[in-house]
Amino acid sequence: MMAESANASEIRASIVQQRKADDRKKLMVNLVLLALLLVAPAVLYPVFLMKILCFALFAVAFNLLLGFTGLLSFGHAAFLATGGYTTGYLLSTYANVTTEMGIIAGTAAATLLGLFFGLVTIRRQGIYFAMITLALAQLVFFFLVQAPFTGGEDGMHGVPRGYLFGLIDLQNNTAMYYFVLAIFLFGYILVQRIVTSPYGQILKAIKQNEPRAVSLGYNVNQYKLIAFVISAGLAGLAGSVKTVVFQLASLNDAHWHMSGEVILMTLIGGTGTLLGPVVGAAFVVNLEYQLSQGALADWVDAILGGIFILTVLAFRSGIVGEIQKFLKKNLH
Amino acid sequence: MSDQFVLETQGLVKEFKGFVAVDDVNLKVKRGHIHALIGPNGAGKTTVFNLLTKFLPPTRGKIFFNGKDITPMKSAAIARLGVVRSFQISAVFPHMTALENVRIALQSFEGSSFHFWKSGGSLDRLNERCMELLDSVGLMEFADTVTVELAYGRKRALELATTLAMEPQLLLLDEPTQGMGGEDVDRVVELVRKAAEGRTVLMVEHNLGVVSKLCDRITVLSQGAVLTEGDYQSVSDDPRVREVYMGTESTSTEVAG
Ligand SMILES: Nc1ncnc2c1ncn2[C@@H]1O[C@H](COP(=O)(O)OP(=O)(O)OP(=O)(O)O)[C@@H](O)[C@H]1O
Ligand SMILES: [Mg+2]
Repeated sequence: MMAESANASEIRASIVQQRKADDRKKLMVNLVLLALLLVAPAVLYPVFLMKILCFALFAVAFNLLLGFTGLLSFGHAAFLATGGYTTGYLLSTYANVTTEMGIIAGTAAATLLGLFFGLVTIRRQGIYFAMITLALAQLVFFFLVQAPFTGGEDGMHGVPRGYLFGLIDLQNNTAMYYFVLAIFLFGYILVQRIVTSPYGQILKAIKQNEPRAVSLGYNVNQYKLIAFVISAGLAGLAGSVKTVVFQLASLNDAHWHMSGEVILMTLIGGTGTLLGPVVGAAFVVNLEYQLSQGALADWVDAILGGIFILTVLAFRSGIVGEIQKFLKKNLH
Repeated sequence: MSDQFVLETQGLVKEFKGFVAVDDVNLKVKRGHIHALIGPNGAGKTTVFNLLTKFLPPTRGKIFFNGKDITPMKSAAIARLGVVRSFQISAVFPHMTALENVRIALQSFEGSSFHFWKSGGSLDRLNERCMELLDSVGLMEFADTVTVELAYGRKRALELATTLAMEPQLLLLDEPTQGMGGEDVDRVVELVRKAAEGRTVLMVEHNLGVVSKLCDRITVLSQGAVLTEGDYQSVSDDPRVREVYMGTESTSTEVAG
């Protein structure tokens, strides 16, 4: 008996050691990512980088649901657009609304909308969940087309970037970039924290075997709803920031294409990891840009579709997942 | 209502679009018993479990746990009250380690399960209890193994450890020995016997050797209705049981012999 329990505590200690080693590895990856993003504007055009960061945040938010809760939302464009339009409207209409206030309000609006969507859809499973989120997002799209203050088909233009804390002129692209970077990091670290937290464990359990989670006393809909609301809020944050960066809110953001695009980004990058959606967003934004410059401009959608099919059929783990697998195989 | 019975159902009925899967079942499970629910394939045993744990809403009837009417309660609440089920198909969290599987159950009562801002390390204090539970089913050295990689028998043992982590008063086991060979079956019998100490077990079991070894009382279900109820001897002597339960004797001698 004594020997056995000594053995148990040994195993337990090694499990904790292992986790700490994993945490350190994660921190290293974070620091490398941070270093790259800090120096990136020296090499690449800041506006292009900001576009990537906005979509990366959008995809990270989306992946909290798909990758870590097992929910496929087909309506995330609604949150991106609600964030963007709310911020755009407030900043263009009221001179005394600061940029920070505009972004916070946009995020709050998307969070509230997320709560509404969530309450309606969270009991649904699989394809029904996807279809109802799509239907609700279409309602938001039509609202944005029809409402008197959104600029209809044209969207909203000339949204002022303003000053950060009333001091830093965000018209300066470098300043704007570091502001966007800070917001992106906030979202990224928040999601990282969530998925490793005690709550994140329950989300994982729900994703892997929902009936079992229920039989262990979890009211799974509450857990899913919280994840949905946080995801919607962060997607709204991405939309708000995007509106400030490009000084416009466009109907494209509300279109179901956008809901599809974020799925594409997440799957291409890899759903199983945090970094996957970031890499996927960078990949898709870059590819779209490169293609739009050349002779293949009319083929962007077809090419992305082809890559999507290839990913689903042959590289289920996405770019980051496949690289991880490769490293694991070759480092042991 | 007497507190002699942990579980009692009154006129429990489940209809699926006109088809009656559970037909006016009045079940009484005595505290401390290992109670078997047997019957041929499609008799409605799993459906009864689904009703008791509200995975399906009953069409009619009432369910009492410790004398309290739990019919309107939700699945999760029933589990937290102390009625915890296992599943006919092994139910684990496949991409978590064995230790994490058990820990999910412990988290249910630990109060941090909504804490999305806390670090994963805050769960370490549950690990010691996890190791005890894993040890009790002989899985200690697999604590850090990802569950998909465990053999079938070990997955079922892990499932039992996870269920026991809930400290259930009433354990509902749906064919714990299904798909197992001789040695594994013996191990499960021992595990269930141990698990039943200080609690009540209601189990669905096809293997009558297991039933005869473990169970204090047996209810036979046929076409959704209770055919008869009693101890192993009286049930196995009942000609009606032999009639619906084809292969009764061969199964029992095969395994028990
Ligand atoms: N969700 C459902 N919808 C329709 N019919 C169902 C449903 N669940 C079960 N049934 C039917 O109810 C009957 C009883 O099924 P149940 O699974 O409870 O049987 P069982 O006694 O557990 O059988 P087995 O020994 O094969 O596990 C079967 O005829 C089955 O087809
Ligand atoms: Mg069954």
